[in-house]
Amino acid sequence: MSQPTKESPESQPMEGSPESPHAQPRPLAVSTATPAFLDVRDLRVHFPTEDGVVRSVDGVSFTLDKGRTLGIVGESGSGKSVTSLALLGLHKGTRALVSGEVWLDGRELVALPEKEMRQLRGSTVSMIFQDPLSALHPFFTVGAQIAEAYRVHHQVSRKEANDRAVEMLQRVGIPQPRRRAKDYPHQFSGGMRQRAMIAMSLVCDPALLIADEPTTALDVTVQAQILDLIGDLQQEFGSAVVIITHDLGVVAGVADDILVMYGGRRIEYGTVRDVLKRPQHPYTWGLLQSMPHIAGDVDRRLNPIPGSPPSLINLPGGCAFHPRCPHKGQVPDGRCSLERPELVPVPGTAEHIAACHLVADIRGGENTRAAQ
Amino acid sequence: MSTTTHPILARQAPAHDNLLEVTGLHKHFPIRQGILFQRRIGAVRAVDGIDFSVGAGESLGLVGESGCGKSTTGRLITRLLEPTAGTITFDGEDITHTSVSGMRQARRNLQMIFQDPYSSLNPRHTVGTIIETPMKLNGVNPPQGLKRRAQELLETVGLNPEHYNRYPNEFSGGQRQRIGIARALALRPKLIVADEPVSALDVSIQAQVVNLLQDLQREFGIAFVFIAHDLAVVRHFSERVAVMYLGRIVEIADREALYALPRHPYTHALLSAVPEADPDLTGARERIRLAGDVPSPINPPSGCRFRTRCWKARDKCATEEPPLVRIPGNAEGHLTACHFPEEPTTAPRADVVLDPALAAMEETSTGTTGMPT
Repeated sequence: MSQPTKESPESQPMEGSPESPHAQPRPLAVSTATPAFLDVRDLRVHFPTEDGVVRSVDGVSFTLDKGRTLGIVGESGSGKSVTSLALLGLHKGTRALVSGEVWLDGRELVALPEKEMRQLRGSTVSMIFQDPLSALHPFFTVGAQIAEAYRVHHQVSRKEANDRAVEMLQRVGIPQPRRRAKDYPHQFSGGMRQRAMIAMSLVCDPALLIADEPTTALDVTVQAQILDLIGDLQQEFGSAVVIITHDLGVVAGVADDILVMYGGRRIEYGTVRDVLKRPQHPYTWGLLQSMPHIAGDVDRRLNPIPGSPPSLINLPGGCAFHPRCPHKGQVPDGRCSLERPELVPVPGTAEHIAACHLVADIRGGENTRAAQ
Repeated sequence: MSTTTHPILARQAPAHDNLLEVTGLHKHFPIRQGILFQRRIGAVRAVDGIDFSVGAGESLGLVGESGCGKSTTGRLITRLLEPTAGTITFDGEDITHTSVSGMRQARRNLQMIFQDPYSSLNPRHTVGTIIETPMKLNGVNPPQGLKRRAQELLETVGLNPEHYNRYPNEFSGGQRQRIGIARALALRPKLIVADEPVSALDVSIQAQVVNLLQDLQREFGIAFVFIAHDLAVVRHFSERVAVMYLGRIVEIADREALYALPRHPYTHALLSAVPEADPDLTGARERIRLAGDVPSPINPPSGCRFRTRCWKARDKCATEEPPLVRIPGNAEGHLTACHFPEEPTTAPRADVVLDPALAAMEETSTGTTGMPT
């Protein structure tokens, strides 16, 4: 791996851009140079069902360092949430077949016994769920639930734990935290519940925070608050964050790297700037073109991706995206439907990979975002 | 009110010939207490005095956070709810308190598309039955026959006409939404109220449905009230946009004016919170972070309702409710309800951070100035 070879001329130094914290090369999935904090290798989660095996996650790999944020993007059924549950070992005790490796700070989690996994869960790795109302217990006060998460991992008195819970509520911006800690989840508004969830997940200073659609249920103004809050807390605690979303706008605002999933597989992986500015996979490209922009041309017709997401039991052969791909005609001999494309480095970048026959065949800027 | 409404004329002179005219519309949901003798102890003021109009063939967008009353407004217009006060005039006819049977007539021209494509289609009816029912109820007998007409409609919305005999569960979310659209089109309505028509759909499917609605609007000259929380989608679809907050319209304007030259602080805050999938734009826009959530519509703040979350609020805002008027500097038809409007620009400036946690953290970590409450 080498330094990013060229900086595009228009790029402004911004948060998490290649200049500052990671001047040394960051290992991508293929590299083994320095062990990354989180290293997921060839993760597979299959669910045997009556109709066949559902391959929800089928060979996903990525790495993540402390202090950085990875955004996993995809539509429903792309396997992004199942991936996040696998990182926490939450498929144990279900019928799911999990294989592959998840290395967290030198420990392998997939084969870890449930007892040891429990010790990591909530302390080293924790999760923010999409729907805070169903993730919080309705019979216990918010403060008690946060304090419990702390007491499970720390030998402290009830009072100390309660004080810690109040402190966390204050940190995440709940007004009158001491009083609100005694409230039940239904007494909180949607945004406040999500804040309480964040307080709970951060109470043990986790080194890895997984946020599964943390803002999907929230209004846009509250979403902006919560995303800023996660970003600020991450700076403060230096944790690694995996944020799972279907919204490319959310990723653009908070993540350093983007992993785009389709049909349980990786199809594009790279820095936010590379993936959003020079999307290589027709699916990523299509997602960007199908969204209206707040300052775009209103007369421009949206350019939707035709068709609908594939069945995970019977993925299309070759490239899983080929039945919906408008560019499959550019690849000769019908390779798209016969041969599954490998993830190959995008020419001109060091850390941007995409799984498309076009990337290997058509070089340069022809594939870049056309409409904007 | 006018009596004759020709679509072409109406579009040229929307100020006089409005298809839909809403004035002083209120909807208060009573809150009752007691087991046997229920007393009224308050009301959720979901919609609290709004005025707007929609010309023939025009599309008006309604945006706002959840609980601002935009969906209630949609249901009032289609008279799925009975207004508490105010008037709704549709196609020259006052439908504010029309009876259920009377509304059946009006709904020939006034249809609705619902948000959730799973709960808005009867699972025990075939697609054909679903689309034919509005025609049967209204005694419409198309010359080509009901079945042919339903199949034509299926084709119009991009579905296979041979799927006429299938049940909704055999379709995906995007396809179901198309069935809902076909049902709304069956009576060739003049106005369709679309309540969050794409928010339940996957990103790649949303664009398909938005394009379909846009094609139908152009082809058949249907007017739309397009309700959504996604500001980018609303801007794409609607020529005029109204921003709602706690049951009130705080700003209404042409989309160009509203998105480029917003005056109300709440519009500024909404626009600045929209996430953009372009890393270059992150620094090129203003950044406003409001504190907390929308207050309760049971007991809305006095004066200007936004004042509890507004960085410009002064004493006057608490005592005097700002009227929705054309304030100096606004173009024709751009109305803003604010005593102390913002500059008409969305260019970046000093961050407005009202959120206490964010403000505290940003002061300690980066030293940027946030404006504390």
